[in-house]
Amino acid sequence: MAFWIASSPHNHIQNKTSALMRLVIYAAIPGIFAQWYFFGWGNLIHILLATASALIAEFFVLSLREKKIPEQIFDGSAILTAILLGISLPALAPWWISILGAAFAIIVVKQLYGGLGNNPFNPAMAGYVMLLISFPVQMTSWQPPLQLMSLDLTALDTLYVIFTNYTVDGYSLEQLKTHIDGYTMATPLDTVKTNLTLGLTIGESMNNVVIGDNFGVGWEWVNAGFLAGGLFLILKKAIDWVTPFSFLFSLFVFSFIAFIFSPDTNASTMFHWFNGACMLGAFFILTDPVSGATSHKGRFCFGVLAGALVFIIRKYGGYPEAVAFSVLLCNMCAPLIDQYTRPRTYGHNKVQDEKNA
Amino acid sequence: MDSIINRIDKNQFWKFHGGIHPPEQKFITENKPIRSLPLPKELILPLQQHIGQPGKLIVAVGDKVLKGQALTASNHPMAVPIHAPTSGTVTAIKHSTIAHPSALQEPCLFLEPDGNDTWQKRNICTDYKKLSNYELLEKIANAGISGMGGAGFPTHIKANSSAPIEFLIINAAECEPYITADDLLIKEHSPSILDGIHILHQLIKPKYILIGVEDNKPDAIKTLQKATQTFDHIKVCVIPTKYPSGGEKQLIQILTGKEIPSGFLPSSQGIVMQNIATCFAIADAVINDIPLIKRVTTVTGLGLEKPQNVWALLGTPVKFLLEQCGHQPENINRVIMGGPMMGFTLPSGNVPVVKITNCILAPSEKEIATISVEVECIRCGQCADVCPAQLLPQELQWHAKAKDHDQLEKLNLFDCIECGACAYVCPSHIPLVHYYRIGKAEIREQKQLELKAEKAKVRFEARKLRLERDKKAREEKQRKAAEARKAKMNSGTVEGNSEKSAVAAALARVKAKKAQTSATPDTQAKTTEAPTTAKNPQIAAAIARAKAKKLANQQNTTEIKKEPLSESKSETATETTTPADKETKVAAAVAKAKAKKLAKEAPVEEAVEPQKEIEEIAEAEKPADDKKAKIAAAVAKAKAKKLAKEAPVEAPVEEAAEPQQEIEQISEDEKPADDKKAKIAAAVAKAKAKKSAKEAPIETTVEEAVEPQKEIEEIAEAEKPADDKKAKIAAAVAKAKAKKIAEQATNSAENKTNDDLKDTAEEEKKKRIAEAVAKAKAKKQQRIELN
Repeated sequence: MAFWIASSPHNHIQNKTSALMRLVIYAAIPGIFAQWYFFGWGNLIHILLATASALIAEFFVLSLREKKIPEQIFDGSAILTAILLGISLPALAPWWISILGAAFAIIVVKQLYGGLGNNPFNPAMAGYVMLLISFPVQMTSWQPPLQLMSLDLTALDTLYVIFTNYTVDGYSLEQLKTHIDGYTMATPLDTVKTNLTLGLTIGESMNNVVIGDNFGVGWEWVNAGFLAGGLFLILKKAIDWVTPFSFLFSLFVFSFIAFIFSPDTNASTMFHWFNGACMLGAFFILTDPVSGATSHKGRFCFGVLAGALVFIIRKYGGYPEAVAFSVLLCNMCAPLIDQYTRPRTYGHNKVQDEKNA
Repeated sequence: MDSIINRIDKNQFWKFHGGIHPPEQKFITENKPIRSLPLPKELILPLQQHIGQPGKLIVAVGDKVLKGQALTASNHPMAVPIHAPTSGTVTAIKHSTIAHPSALQEPCLFLEPDGNDTWQKRNICTDYKKLSNYELLEKIANAGISGMGGAGFPTHIKANSSAPIEFLIINAAECEPYITADDLLIKEHSPSILDGIHILHQLIKPKYILIGVEDNKPDAIKTLQKATQTFDHIKVCVIPTKYPSGGEKQLIQILTGKEIPSGFLPSSQGIVMQNIATCFAIADAVINDIPLIKRVTTVTGLGLEKPQNVWALLGTPVKFLLEQCGHQPENINRVIMGGPMMGFTLPSGNVPVVKITNCILAPSEKEIATISVEVECIRCGQCADVCPAQLLPQELQWHAKAKDHDQLEKLNLFDCIECGACAYVCPSHIPLVHYYRIGKAEIREQKQLELKAEKAKVRFEARKLRLERDKKAREEKQRKAAEARKAKMNSGTVEGNSEKSAVAAALARVKAKKAQTSATPDTQAKTTEAPTTAKNPQIAAAIARAKAKKLANQQNTTEIKKEPLSESKSETATETTTPADKETKVAAAVAKAKAKKLAKEAPVEEAVEPQKEIEEIAEAEKPADDKKAKIAAAVAKAKAKKLAKEAPVEAPVEEAAEPQQEIEQISEDEKPADDKKAKIAAAVAKAKAKKSAKEAPIETTVEEAVEPQKEIEEIAEAEKPADDKKAKIAAAVAKAKAKKIAEQATNSAENKTNDDLKDTAEEEKKKRIAEAVAKAKAKKQQRIELN
């Protein structure tokens, strides 16, 4: 009678990395839905393109590295990266933007560093930053919310714009970006930043049509969607609450202080919270365990640092949006943060350890 | 302390970090009574079932033993005996697989029960309160009791703590899933357990006794509360269910809020912990004189038809237990001894139940999957969240895989209690504990090696010291002996005198020898250069030549290859100084060798003469071709030197040394010179030397030898631009010619006088003719080769 030999523990939670990834993908659905509702089909098409590109890139590298392809390609991490990248891109960016971005994210940022678990940077954000720096025009051509567009944009039109730069009826992207009143549209963050340089106050900027009633037409709902998804993830214990909390807290504190000091030149906290990629970053990007800090204390520092950086870059930086840059900067700091936020082991205290050392 | 008791009274407890909630699965066995089993056919009793030392066997194969009879004995404090669980015959004592994660084989005693179950004589103790501590401890030790919770630490050691104890904690947490052995024991035998607790109280004298029970055992809690309600100092602490609250350090933290510093025992904090099953065993041993021969074991798992708690005799093969509980082999792919978190798989069903076996788990594939594929760590940090020791499992894992032992120790790997919580929650299914075990084992091994090395070093140094000491002692002894001898010699006796003279004679001999050798150091040095077979100078010369030729050829080829065809002489010369140097040395050596031979043959007067002549020639030729002249001079001088040097014994050593110096100077001068020429010169010199040695009077040879040499050199120069092969061929041809010319010259020289030397016109003619011939030949050769 011979038995199977194994090392303890013998039972496991039935949780799996791939299940975790799948859960995160599901949690992104409300945000993606809001994006679709306010901005049309563009991001969905980019998500599909990026996913295809990411899977092909993953397959390519895994076969070169002679890894177990079927298991690793569908562990969900590559798909999640592609989805996060697709969400972040301007809806009407050309097709090759998402293809290139996803391939770069997978091949360079993830696999060249050793694959899942070994990448120091968040692949989606590194891909995004690469695109933003390399193709600034395409990456800053944000489409206005559908309700503010002078032209109708059907799914077919979107597809045409992405692949040919012109709609079925021959309108160019520039024409699509034009407002009902004939202005070229920008994102709320962009508008505020530009208006500030023009000498307008925040109060005046808030009257802009892209801001709408609250913090930005469409954008506020997209952020709300990701917030809801993020809370769901926390509830499911898929992500730790510390990072998003400390990030939003830190962004809140910084923007609030600035707002109190000079309300005319600083947007409100809620404006910061519900614009750009704030909620996406808080719940879906910063919580990436691979490139983040590990301990609770470390995660707190990580989130606080990210929030501060987002505020600083939004306020003083050259780009209106800052989540991608601050995420990458925090990724760089993560090992250092981990080093200095190690928990005290049971039965050890500092004095004693110093004595031992 | 009072605050602790206050909190406990209010049912408030501390929390330990982390912890998990695996499926408890206790329902499988918790409602079934403990069953007694029939005797198995064979019992396998490992001689050591506890931490510490094994006892010595006191029975032999074939012995009949009675139930409860001790089988081993020892005076070692860390050794506890084992006993016969039933009456029968010892059939074998041999190595067998024991309950160990690595399936170790250790000495086991095989007992065949006779079926009568005859007890040895027992002394029932009616009032243990009258016994002294010493008597109690002796009874506990002799009953073979060691911790029954898992570690198996001898109980009498733990119960004999000299430190003042505040809390005696009885561990009834039983936090591992599936296991209900303690639960059932409490339900069925609480009076005995309480006796055991009282005995421990008598021994340890703690201020309070805390019984820690997880809240998933309501019946057991009720029973305990009922049993202890009359005792104020015994508190039943109902703690929340969380794995691993039954860990010693964790339970202490939950109940008292105290942390045991790393590397210390709980007694340092005034705490002692005993397992509740141990309490039962203590009571049985002290009161009923029943040694530890059986225990409650949970046989469970959905792979069994009738899972149940059983009274298992120690030594019962697991196979027998499984059969008794409805074993279905097709459902079971593995058997775990212990719980699913910290237990280990068994290699076969022949492993016996031992003192620490609280559970045999035979899970179905559905319950616990056998195969889980490890994927990469995504640093999710869930492991760190659940770690009760507050370690960083994922960081430990990186370093364990990288075998970075220093870092592992820095991250406190040895504080890991291997509870398995981290591996349980890992979404990547990394067997973390396994990696830590390997890491720990490697570090331990490393430390042992270091210890060994340290010991070896100490040993080595001791040996060195000893050797030195011995040497000194020896020297001292010898010195003393010598002194004694001297004293004896100087004593003036006949014996002494004769010894003295003998010593003096020996000394004189030694001195004479020394003088001899020191008188001719130079010549000795030189003769070593020449072959010792100098008796036959010709043979020696031939060997030397052959060697020189070979060398010259080899270097010729290699160096000429290096030379670009169009390069000028001087350039090549500078480029190839070192090889040139070598060659010239070779040439010099050859020349010396030859000269030696000559010198032996020739009279001293003659030797002096040619030297002068040579020098004259050398001077005369300087303006013509400086370099060549030098070479020629060198050759000539070499020869002359030999002549002068070694010939007669009378010749002063200094003289011999002179020419040698000259040659050396020349050879130094020649260094920058063209290597090829040098080689050729060497060859020529050899050739001539040969001839002169053979056929001619020394005077003429030298003159004539200079001529062909020059010619050859010219030829060689002319041919330099040609490739190396050709050059070699040319050189060979030239040498051949030179030989011929030399021969002719000698013939004519026989008639000539020394005055002919100045007849440059004739020489020039000859030179030219030779040149022409050589060139023509070389050209021909070239052409042939080109074709």
